[in-house]
Amino acid sequence: MERYTEKIRERARDLLESGKVDVFIGYSKGSVPMMNRPALIREPREVNKLLWDNHCALNLCNYLTKRTEKIGIIANGCNSRNIVTHILENQIKREQLYIVGIPCEGMVDHRAVARAVGQRDILAVEGLGEEFLVKGKDFEERFTKQTFLQRNCVTCRHHNPVIYDEMIGEPVEEGELPNGYADVEAIEGMSSDKKWAFFAQLISRCIRCYACRNACPLCYCPTCFVDESKPQWVGKSSDPTDTMTFHLLRAYHCAGRCTDCGACERVCPVGISMRQFTRKLNKDGETFFSWEAGLTLEKRPPLDTYRPDDYNDFIK
Amino acid sequence: MLERTFTIKEWTEALKKLRSFYRVFAPFKEGDFHSFREFDGSGSPDFNFGNTRLSAKALIYPQSERMFDYTLDEKNPDVNLYKEAVKDLSPQAIVGIRPCDVKGFRLMKRNFDNEEYRDPWWVQRFESTILVGFGCNDPCPTCFCTSVGGGPFNEEGLDVIAYNLGERFVLRALTEKGEVFLAKAEGDTGPGEDERRKMEELKRSSVEKISSRVATDQLKLKEVNALFSAPFWEETAFSCINCGTCTFFCPTCWCFDIQDEVFGKEGDRLRNWDSCMFPLFTLHGSGHNPRENKVQRVRQRFMHKLKYYVDKYNDGVQCSGCGRCVRYCPVNIDIREVAEKMNSY
Ligand code: SF4
Ligand code: SF4
Ligand code: SF4
Ligand code: SF4
Ligand code: SF4
Repeated sequence: MERYTEKIRERARDLLESGKVDVFIGYSKGSVPMMNRPALIREPREVNKLLWDNHCALNLCNYLTKRTEKIGIIANGCNSRNIVTHILENQIKREQLYIVGIPCEGMVDHRAVARAVGQRDILAVEGLGEEFLVKGKDFEERFTKQTFLQRNCVTCRHHNPVIYDEMIGEPVEEGELPNGYADVEAIEGMSSDKKWAFFAQLISRCIRCYACRNACPLCYCPTCFVDESKPQWVGKSSDPTDTMTFHLLRAYHCAGRCTDCGACERVCPVGISMRQFTRKLNKDGETFFSWEAGLTLEKRPPLDTYRPDDYNDFIK
Repeated sequence: MLERTFTIKEWTEALKKLRSFYRVFAPFKEGDFHSFREFDGSGSPDFNFGNTRLSAKALIYPQSERMFDYTLDEKNPDVNLYKEAVKDLSPQAIVGIRPCDVKGFRLMKRNFDNEEYRDPWWVQRFESTILVGFGCNDPCPTCFCTSVGGGPFNEEGLDVIAYNLGERFVLRALTEKGEVFLAKAEGDTGPGEDERRKMEELKRSSVEKISSRVATDQLKLKEVNALFSAPFWEETAFSCINCGTCTFFCPTCWCFDIQDEVFGKEGDRLRNWDSCMFPLFTLHGSGHNPRENKVQRVRQRFMHKLKYYVDKYNDGVQCSGCGRCVRYCPVNIDIREVAEKMNSY
């Protein structure tokens, strides 16, 4: 993976110097272990800020919305799928983008790492291959990357970018997956009351900071429904009804669009797994419409398509 | 002043007794992190923690507070009258709060309790609260309290200070309120020579363990407009997603929004935490938004904490160095770096 860092810098420098792009968007090293910082590079001399490691799990497509310049951007599987969705939804033009594709080997779940060292303070996380090393003040522990992948990476079927101008590495193999929706099926099997209790518990610690919404490239509305005041769709207090309304509606607004990139879950400061909502919708998209978001520019997503011969009666 | 020592078990028992006099809030580990919860007598609070994920801010300044209620029912003689909503303002003890978070309350007092304004609920809650602080034996790598006038065993604003000596806790009253609290806790008398030595050692070593230093000494001297138009804001703000994490987690952020909620003919007037990072924060009724892009919003947060506040009150920055915004900002915007940029601009 380290090899990608060098390549990214090289490509960013070339693209900026040749004027093919005005800016280049990638990740840079953060000041806190495992917390990378998205960066916008304007000058070739700044490209050494860029890197690629186990913690590039924020979705960079989020930073493309309505930009007007020519942009170079790095994209792995899920990010590239969001770029496709962004193009389909007119948030950015294909011609504006120079996409440097990266075959992705999955990202590390920072919470799982903190848990594994008993929430002791982590000073550094090093290593890019199969293993990584976690250093604290008076401990050093080695872990296998495969057992610390983010949950969305475990069930990922599209590690390789689906759209790019060039790839900087050989595509990784998309292995056979066991049932990726076992967790959703477990919830589907619950009674209504149990489901309600499950989701109420899931979001009980939500503080309505909206990091999950704002980290998601799909949420670009000029005014989100939770921020509308005329009419006011949802209360702004910490009342559980309003918080549930926020979560359910946010999820539905992502229906047929979510790529399960995991950015929402990664950023929640209290560790809520709100992907449980969107994953049900992703599963339904596959079951009812044979649809996975962001795989092609050739087809409109199911929820913005109308066909006169639709077999459903309610639509006629 | 009164001093007492407790084993961990004795301390939990003492807290149970104290429940007859106070609502006792203490850190409980739930899932990955610690939160302040009211101690209901079952389970045990856990005092082995870096700091609670959210600060204790909400215990004095709730995220949502019902200020008033009212009726719109014309048949009701009280129609359209705001009535103060019932609130529990009875004595409470916040046990296990860190010195930086106590400092947070001191800074917040500027806003809620000053010569011009006295916010009735903030003041009443604050005054009925006992702050039983636990010093930090092992400050987190993101802490920088010593750079902003605090310290891991800083006693300012605390009613009682506690030393966690592993097997035993030593508590010392610092105010009259604290004296009353500790007297009610009963338990053993003060520490012996050996324990005293350990306490001194902790106080010294904890300060040495703080690895982050942030210079703020030049902020006051800077020209406000120059800082406002400095070139670094755009780059600083690029990664920001304008969420509420940094401000909601901050023990010193005090901004709120007032909302009316009506159901049928009955209404509530609520006060909710707000954040200068939200676009709605400055949206005018006319539709105009003076801070319509995120660079302006990010600049506001840092300028407020590190410049406007500094100029207005002449008492340092509006930050207690708790490090929460550094740790939990999802895109790693680090106030230590921004302060450095501003201070050296
Ligand atoms: S909802 Fe979450 S997982 Fe889905 S695209 Fe948005 S950030 Fe990614
Ligand atoms: S990021 Fe977490 S706390 Fe914030 S609104 Fe989303 S679920 Fe709630
Ligand atoms: S600085 Fe970080 S925590 Fe604060 S609003 Fe921006 S992204 Fe959220
Ligand atoms: S600004 Fe950040 S470090 Fe300072 S008190 Fe607030 S949360 Fe803590
Ligand atoms: S930083 Fe922002 S939210 Fe915090 S007190 Fe200042 S203006 Fe209010």
